[in-house]
Amino acid sequence: MTDLATVDNAQVLAALEEVRDPELDESVTSLGFVASCTVSEDGFASVRLRLPTYFCAPNFAFLMVADAYDAVSGIAGVTRTEVILEDHFASDAINGGIAARSGFVDSFSGLAAAELDELRADFVRKAVLAGTDRVCRPLLAAGRTTEELAELALGDVPPSADRERLRSRRAELGLPSGDDAPLLIDATTGEAIGAQALPLHLRRARLTRVSLEANGGVCRALLSERYATSGLGQKEEVL
Amino acid sequence: MYEKDGEKYFVVDSHMHYWDASPENWVPGAEKYAEGWINCFHAYQGLAPAETHWSIEHFQKCSEQDLIKDVFEDGYVDVAVFQPTYLKEWYTDGFNTTERNGALSEKHPGKFVVNTRWDPREGDEGIKALEANVERWGSKGVKLYTAEWHEGSRGWTLKDPEAYRFLEKSQELGIKNIHVHKGPTIWPLDKDAFDVSDVDHAATDFPELNFIVEHVGLPRIEDFCFMATQEPNVYAGLSVVIGGLMHARPKFFAKVMGELLFWVGEDKMTFGSDYSIWEPKWQIEGFVDWDYPSDEFSDYPRVNVATKKKILGLNAAKLYGLEVPAECQLPADAGTPAAPDDAQLVDDGAKV
Repeated sequence: MTDLATVDNAQVLAALEEVRDPELDESVTSLGFVASCTVSEDGFASVRLRLPTYFCAPNFAFLMVADAYDAVSGIAGVTRTEVILEDHFASDAINGGIAARSGFVDSFSGLAAAELDELRADFVRKAVLAGTDRVCRPLLAAGRTTEELAELALGDVPPSADRERLRSRRAELGLPSGDDAPLLIDATTGEAIGAQALPLHLRRARLTRVSLEANGGVCRALLSERYATSGLGQKEEVL
Repeated sequence: MYEKDGEKYFVVDSHMHYWDASPENWVPGAEKYAEGWINCFHAYQGLAPAETHWSIEHFQKCSEQDLIKDVFEDGYVDVAVFQPTYLKEWYTDGFNTTERNGALSEKHPGKFVVNTRWDPREGDEGIKALEANVERWGSKGVKLYTAEWHEGSRGWTLKDPEAYRFLEKSQELGIKNIHVHKGPTIWPLDKDAFDVSDVDHAATDFPELNFIVEHVGLPRIEDFCFMATQEPNVYAGLSVVIGGLMHARPKFFAKVMGELLFWVGEDKMTFGSDYSIWEPKWQIEGFVDWDYPSDEFSDYPRVNVATKKKILGLNAAKLYGLEVPAECQLPADAGTPAAPDDAQLVDDGAKV
C-alpha cells in the first residue's frame, strides 16, 4: 500500500491527462480545462475544472466531471476526491450529482431521459474516423495509393502516437484493434472498407477531423477570452 | 454594396439580429441565465479583430443608429434578414422578436427582410400567431430553434407530426425559407442537441421549401455535410463560420470553407454576419480578400470572384426574391459551381 503522503499534484494531473473532452477527443488538461488541482497530506484531492462558456453543453460537461472524479479517486493513496466545475450555468446540478455519485438522469431531474453511454459511443466513433485521417494522410503523402491502404493492417503502419490513439479508440468500441486488423474499417460495424468505397470513406474521415479540430479551435479561443490564465498542462493546438 | 478591385458585390446579410439584453429586460428570477446568455455572446465577439470589440453595456443593447451605421453605412450590406430569437423565459419582452425587428424595418423601407418564427409545441395558438406575423410583417422565412426548452419540454424535432403541421402551414402562407438553428445550445439533453437528421427528413418531404442550416451545424459540420450533400434544398448558413473562425483561427477557417465548398457547394452557401455579435464590415472585407493560405489546401474547390459574389449575396437574393442591380450580377458565362453536386463523384482519393 502506498504511503498516503506520497500522492502529489503531478500524479493527479497525470490522471487528469487521461480524461478527455468526449466531443473533441482531446485531454482536458491540454485543452486548458483544469483550473487547479491540489492534494493534501492525508490524501484529499481537490480539482477545479472550467469550460470555454457558461453554456457549454451540460451532457459533455457532466461526462468530463464524472470521468475526472473516477480518474483521480482511482489513484492509490487518494482517500477523498472533490471535482468542482466552475462558472457554468449547471454547476450546481453537475457538482451535486457527481458528489452524490448520481447518474446524469438523477442529476438533471426531469430534464433528461437517458444516461450518456450512447452519446459517448457516437463520439468515440467520430474519433475513430478523425484518427483514420491522421494515420492515413502521412501514408498518402509518402506515395501510398488508396488501393494499397485498403490492403494494409494496423500493424503495417509505422508505429506512431496517432496509430496507438486510433487503436485505443477502436478498442474502446470493441472494434478490431490488433496488429492484424484491417487499417480501414467501418466505425460502426468493424467491417473492412473495400477499395471502391475508400475514397469517400477517406473524405469523410478528413471532414470529421476538420470538424473536431475546428471545434477545438473555437473552444480554445473562447476559453482564452474568458480566462486570462492558462490551465494546468494546457497546450496549444497543432495546426 | 461592396466594391473591390473593380468588382461589385451585392451583399445580403442573411442572419442578423436587433436584440435587447439590457438588465431592465431580464426576467426576475432568471437573471443568471439572461446575463449568462449575453455574456456568452459577448465572448464570441472576442473572436473578431480587437478594434471591433464593444463594451458589454453597448453589446447588451445597441441603438437603432448603431445598427444602421454598422450594417448599412459602414458595413456594405444591401439587404439584411432579421432572424428572431424569443427567449421569453429569460427576457421579459423577448430577446429579439419579430415585432421589435419589424418596427425597425418599417422605419427603413427596403433595407430589411423580417423573418418570424414558430414552435410546434404552441399548437393552435402558435398557428394563429404565425398567420398574424406573416400577415403583419410579410415574412418569407422563419427561424427555428429545435433545442429550445419550453415548459418542461427538452426540445423538439422537425420530424414531429406537429412540426409537419407548421411546415405545411408555412408553405400555405407563402413562406419559402426555413432557417434552422443547429449550433451552440443549452439545455440538458441526453442526446446530441446538434443532430441534423430531422432536417434531412423535412427537406425530403418538403421539396418546395429551402432549409438553411445556420452555423452549419457547428460543432457537427461533418453530420451537416453528409446530409446536405444529399438534399438539393438544404443550404449552409455561414453565420459563426466567418465571424468565429476567419480572424481567430484562419487555418481552420480555410479547412472548414474547403469542406463546405466540396460537400455543399458555392451555390448553397449564404453569408450572415450574426450582427450584433460581429459587425459585417470586417467580415465582408476579409472574405473578399480571402484565399486558401497555402498549397496544403490544393485539393479543395477553388474560390474566385463569382464564388464570393454568390456567397455574399446572390444566393440569398435568390432565396428571398431580392432584385440585384445589373452591375452586381454575374455574367452569363460565369461558369459552373466549383463543387460537384454529389460527393460520389470524388475521384481524387489519392490526395485526400
